[in-house]
Amino acid sequence: MTADQILFFIFGGVSLIGAIAVISFRHPIYSALSLIVTFFSQAGLFVLLGAHFVAAVQVIVYAGAIMVLFLFVIMLLNLGTLSAKGVLTGKLKGIAIVLGILFAAQGIYIAVNALTDTEVGSPEAIERAADLATNPIETYDIGILLFRDYLLPFEVTSLILLAALIGVIVLVKRENRVEN
Amino acid sequence: MSLEYYLILSALLFTIGVIGVLVRRNAIIIFMCIELMLNAANLAFVAISRNLGTAEGQLFVFFVMAVAAAEVAIGLAIIVSVFKHRETINVDEVNSLKG
Repeated sequence: MTADQILFFIFGGVSLIGAIAVISFRHPIYSALSLIVTFFSQAGLFVLLGAHFVAAVQVIVYAGAIMVLFLFVIMLLNLGTLSAKGVLTGKLKGIAIVLGILFAAQGIYIAVNALTDTEVGSPEAIERAADLATNPIETYDIGILLFRDYLLPFEVTSLILLAALIGVIVLVKRENRVEN
Repeated sequence: MSLEYYLILSALLFTIGVIGVLVRRNAIIIFMCIELMLNAANLAFVAISRNLGTAEGQLFVFFVMAVAAAEVAIGLAIIVSVFKHRETINVDEVNSLKG
């Protein structure tokens, strides 16, 4: 096995264990911390795939900002004492797990088969992918794409963030009841 | 490492997220499972982008992250206001539209 394969199995295994821990811990704080483990090992997988900037953003935005927001809300609401009945029981849980296994089987089937006869296996793609080894995609290339070819989606994304900002302010604003 | 391994890992992570949404009743943990699914999609994006030799897949990861950030902010705001009204975030107990 090459170093790449060993690292893939380490990072992939850790991210799977972290993901399973997210849905098995009863206390939400432990779940959130396991999710951070998953995000970090996914950042490792992104590095293995040569996407260094994505890995950095993954750590900063997901493991940093988003998870801090989660932990902040969990601690603000003091949810630890409420989560005793947090899990489905009995028959429903069995059905959910059987459906989950079926879903995983479908996903793996698609992962193995869906990409035959697509552009992924074409000679040009293989040539480009081999070229990446000497000439990796850098932040510069992503910036050129983002601000030139995909400028409109970029601006629409900023509108989504603006809408989210306004929505959050409206949702948590203290209600000023007018006394008549 | 061939593309299939990454896609299988992505499918497994997505499935764990789906099982979490089905099994857990705590709204915050359901949200975390949604994040897990979005991340699995990101992994598939980057893996296929690597095998195509283009940067577009990495670009779409940023759009997914922006949507995820917006979704988390809105969702947690909803959870906070639901908790203020009803003192619980168990999704089985939050079952009426009227506060």
